[in-house]
Amino acid sequence: MAWLIAGFVFWLAAWRVNVWLSSMPGTRTTALLVPTLFGVTIIVIWECVVRGLEINPVLLPAPSAIAVTFATSIPTLWADFVQTAIKGALSGYVIGCGAAFLTAIAIDRFPFLQRGLLPVGNFVAALPIIGMAPIMVMWFGFDWQSKAAVVVIMVFFPMLVNTVEGLQATDHMQRDLMRTYAASYRQTLMKLRLPAAMPFVFNGLKISTTLALIGAIVAEFFGSPIKGMGFRISTEVGRLALDMVWAEIVVAALAGSLFYGGVALLEKVVTFWHPSQRKSR
Amino acid sequence: MRNLFPILTVVAAIFALWYAGSVVLNAPWAYDKAERAGVELTTKELIADTMSQKKPKLPPPHQVGAEIWKTTGAMVAKGRAFSKRSLIYHSWITLSATLLGFALGTGFGIILSVGIVYNRSMDMSVMPWVIASQTIPILAIAPMIIVVLNAVGISGLLPKAVISMYLSFFPVVVGMVKGLRSPDHMQVDQMKTWNASRAQEFWKLRLPSSMPFLFPSLKVAMAASLVGAIVGELPTGAVAGLGARLLGGSYYGQTIQIWSALITAAVLAAALVGIIGMIQKVVLKRMGMA
Repeated sequence: MAWLIAGFVFWLAAWRVNVWLSSMPGTRTTALLVPTLFGVTIIVIWECVVRGLEINPVLLPAPSAIAVTFATSIPTLWADFVQTAIKGALSGYVIGCGAAFLTAIAIDRFPFLQRGLLPVGNFVAALPIIGMAPIMVMWFGFDWQSKAAVVVIMVFFPMLVNTVEGLQATDHMQRDLMRTYAASYRQTLMKLRLPAAMPFVFNGLKISTTLALIGAIVAEFFGSPIKGMGFRISTEVGRLALDMVWAEIVVAALAGSLFYGGVALLEKVVTFWHPSQRKSR
Repeated sequence: MRNLFPILTVVAAIFALWYAGSVVLNAPWAYDKAERAGVELTTKELIADTMSQKKPKLPPPHQVGAEIWKTTGAMVAKGRAFSKRSLIYHSWITLSATLLGFALGTGFGIILSVGIVYNRSMDMSVMPWVIASQTIPILAIAPMIIVVLNAVGISGLLPKAVISMYLSFFPVVVGMVKGLRSPDHMQVDQMKTWNASRAQEFWKLRLPSSMPFLFPSLKVAMAASLVGAIVGELPTGAVAGLGARLLGGSYYGQTIQIWSALITAAVLAAALVGIIGMIQKVVLKRMGMA
């Protein structure tokens, strides 16, 4: 009971602090502090509820137990991370996004293909492509190649649609200006249209980061060697070792955030000129 | 309609590639069979064989079509539309979880976005976590959610719907926050000059002007929700649903079954998204926005 009360008190206190903080003039510190405090509160409440109600660790392990498991099984987690995130997701991501990017540039020269492929691409992007996973596992075997293949298919169409859209982002005035400079197709592409397309390209790249991780992990449910995040999650769930599953989830969350953050950082560097990158004040 | 011809060309090209792919991929097995039987294959025989294998690597479209017809239309004709072998039965299982999850996710998303728009501390604390929550590959946690909820005694429809809900609330939150904030200063000031209360401002200005933002989010949410329901069916041991058909097919190497489940899922997704698109057209037209 004491645990529950402690959790409740902490929640009230953190809530008050957050309300106070957010009423202050917004600075960088408050923008960072408020969500951090919110996250910490959730973890503290979680810990207190699990301890206070004595919830069976098979159902919901406490954050502290997860942290212990995480710390003690770092070698396993690292091997899984390399297998799934680096070999499966990252290689598939690079191949898929690269292929989509080149395809988009090729399509861009032919309005006929554009009119035909864009609706189809939009349609395919809404389909449950993850269902291709068992087929890819059948074609490419159990190892990371099949996971990379699933990722390639998953990221291809969102990336394609975004890039094609981006290549159309320049307006007539700008293209006419290039023409008055007697710029060749290649020059227009390199100096005007590709830079102008970058915000769209990065939108596609960012969407693809989460898709890539999901694809690689879910593909492992259909068969994998004895390492990998998806494999670990499905087997440890079977053994009811939920603390290990949660540790794996932490790894997935970290990998996902880092991946996304990395692309977002790259976007900041490449599209520094875009209005959305300006400071709000 | 201007786009019809290019689209049809692309679709035809996809089918041509599909057929070509199935010839190439199924050929080794055909050669293998021929060698063991001790016969030479002519090109014609080879193609005929690749088109009609029992467990092809890539089943050609007509085999998949025949399988889908056998498990839907033919079942209906026999009056067994809801038997366990019928794809209609499995689609219904998946569809019900999808729709429930979609409804829950949309409701939750709208409530959350109203909170975010109207409460500054909620905006600052919740919004970053809503975004962070999506960097976690939630589908990966699906097996755990299913197993844990099963252990508590909740099984069947709800666990799958929870996964769908988690996947579908995010686009709704992002779209609705954008939409509820879309009225500009002039419009908000106008409401103020009319002495409108906060509730009136919400019902008469913010909610209506968020509609064009809501519908595209709903489409994304619906597609995500279907994926969630399908993946949610995997860990329960392939009992029922399209996901179970996928898993069962991959266990027993029944490629035709996998492909037919896949195509059915695609049709389902297209139909659901299409229905939302239709509602969008009607609603926006009646509101004078389209």
